[in-house]
Amino acid sequence: MFRWSRFSAIAYKEFIHMRRDRLSFAVMLGIPILQVTVFGFAINTTVDHIPLVVCDLSNSKEGRDFAQRLVNTSYFDLVGWVDSYKSAKSYIDHEKAKAAALIPENFPRDLRRGEAQVGVLVDASDPLLASSALSTVAQVGLIMNIEIMEESGGGAGLSSPAIDVRTRALYNPDLRSAVYIVPGLIGVILTMTMVLITSVAIVREREHGALEALITTPVSKIELMSGKILPYVVVGYVQMTLVLMVAWLMFDITPQGNIAFLYSVGFLFIVASLGVGMVISTIAKTQIQAMQMSFFFFLPNILLSGFMFPISSMPEIIQKFSQILPLTYFLVFLRGVLLKGTGPAELWPYIWPLLIFAPAIVTVGVLKFSKKLT
Amino acid sequence: MHFLEAQNNASPDIEFVIEVEGLSKRYGDILAVDNIEFNIKKGEVFGFLGPNGSGKTTTIRMLCGILQPTSGTGRTVGFDISTQSERIKEHIGYMSQKFSLYDDLTVIENLRFYAGLHSIPKSVRENRIAQVLERAGLQDRRLQRAGSLSGGWKQRVALVCSMVHQPKVVFLDEPTAGVDPVSRRRFWEMIYRSAEEGSTFLVTTHYMDEAERFDRLVFIDKGKLIAQGTPEFIKRTEFRHKLWEIKCQPLSTAEEVLRHSPDVIETSLQGVTIHVATSLQFSDVDSLVGALTRGGVKVESIHETVPSLEDVFISLAAGNNEHTGELT
Repeated sequence: MFRWSRFSAIAYKEFIHMRRDRLSFAVMLGIPILQVTVFGFAINTTVDHIPLVVCDLSNSKEGRDFAQRLVNTSYFDLVGWVDSYKSAKSYIDHEKAKAAALIPENFPRDLRRGEAQVGVLVDASDPLLASSALSTVAQVGLIMNIEIMEESGGGAGLSSPAIDVRTRALYNPDLRSAVYIVPGLIGVILTMTMVLITSVAIVREREHGALEALITTPVSKIELMSGKILPYVVVGYVQMTLVLMVAWLMFDITPQGNIAFLYSVGFLFIVASLGVGMVISTIAKTQIQAMQMSFFFFLPNILLSGFMFPISSMPEIIQKFSQILPLTYFLVFLRGVLLKGTGPAELWPYIWPLLIFAPAIVTVGVLKFSKKLT
Repeated sequence: MHFLEAQNNASPDIEFVIEVEGLSKRYGDILAVDNIEFNIKKGEVFGFLGPNGSGKTTTIRMLCGILQPTSGTGRTVGFDISTQSERIKEHIGYMSQKFSLYDDLTVIENLRFYAGLHSIPKSVRENRIAQVLERAGLQDRRLQRAGSLSGGWKQRVALVCSMVHQPKVVFLDEPTAGVDPVSRRRFWEMIYRSAEEGSTFLVTTHYMDEAERFDRLVFIDKGKLIAQGTPEFIKRTEFRHKLWEIKCQPLSTAEEVLRHSPDVIETSLQGVTIHVATSLQFSDVDSLVGALTRGGVKVESIHETVPSLEDVFISLAAGNNEHTGELT
């Protein structure tokens, strides 16, 4: 029989531990703020401000116009203007530039004929940067081509909208990484802190010798577990709120969907993460072991859940594996609610797995915990 | 509802608070507790003596219902330790060797925590806590963090935590280990007072000088129960030698000399004297003194003495070792 007095005694004690352990408390609140700031600014998968050197052999108005257009995209910063292929390459060799645009001698003439070519040299030691540079130059060339065709009246059929990928980027019109990263961070931060905190919860009592006294009282396993979980549900909500605040204040990301909906599904994920920590806590013998197991759980979550890399580009077997991680579902949910304002009906496929996982993992934790010693 | 609960929680009317029959616990090849039997009556302060690793803690854990016995039966407050362990937990208090206090909680917070775990009604909780604090002389320290208390105070807090719900039996595992003599004395006073009010205590210790404090006791060595009864009874029945107390110098030489004497069965150092066990027929004191003097020992006095429990246990433990063919 569930006794409120025993449950609240455990929960109250955990609150005191939390309040008295200033360092851990600061870490619990500091992690969300710090991580969002650092991750939001530092993880940048769109590459811009690539140092560019231009080698204009044509020395023409058209050549300078083309170079200017490249710089105008803000994907490039002009760092040099040279007149030979050799010196352009030496810019790249000496790490002064990452890309070079080579404009041939008869660029203006070829341009009018519609057969202009531009050479691009890229330092491909960073593939992400290389592909970004190549596609930008290609786009600029394409746009320029179309404009010239229109001017010369040669292609009425091509006056339809120019192919500009950026105008088609939904929900994140500027293609900012922060917009993609920050909502996911709510899930990642919750996974990390919730699992880590609870994984040591039971082990700490055991190492300290208090567990023996606890299990000789009438407190039931459910009272013990839920009493230990409750304070951290509160912490989880505080962390979620902090991330949302930072997202809003620093990255101008405001939730498009229903906040109440966000917080209620958030509860499922918080409980799921705490449950994983509980299970670890019943298996681990020492706090060190518990922490190692937490990190072991954390790593696939951060790499395979779709937080860093799109799941669709993973091998099939890894995709299957990512489907057992609660974070995979929660991330889709978070991006849906925060960026697109998607509602429960559309997100249901990502909610019900959490609805099953959360109570299941807590049940495993309760069953695995024993009021007997071995 | 209340009435029903009260009936449910009441343990059967019993003469013995603890009954143990043929209880054993095996860990792999090691028999930690080997077929022990004893009973404890209501209101007794019952001692569990033995060297470290003799199976005392294992036995207590089984009686508290947190360790499943390998074989044998036991009943605590009338409930079976293997099948009704959760019922037992409503009626017992347990103070483990590590004191199990939360260092970052204050004294009163620790007490409230255990009071909550035992569902002491809110209406009486604060009164009860104030009462136990006063009895333990802890009022002035009630707002102090448990971690900042010295060993003796910690022990007292741990004791009241295990008793705040007025349990029928209190298990104290090595409660006086590492605590100064003054604190130990106060601690025992608290236990006697509670026992007079009807609580039953099972206390383990490896301090032999505490043995005389128990109403009854058992002596356990290597998992085997090798003596039980009142201190007087054990001294009378278990010590089958004559005991002599010799005051002499230097003690180490004396011990060496006496060990080689054919009349001496055992020797043990007791402060500035040496205790020597001989057969009951032995009376030739002069030959002992002679041997000592020849060995260069200056003998001040020698006389027959009443064995202490410590003497009895040393002799019992020695006997048990001989029995199992082991060297001390």
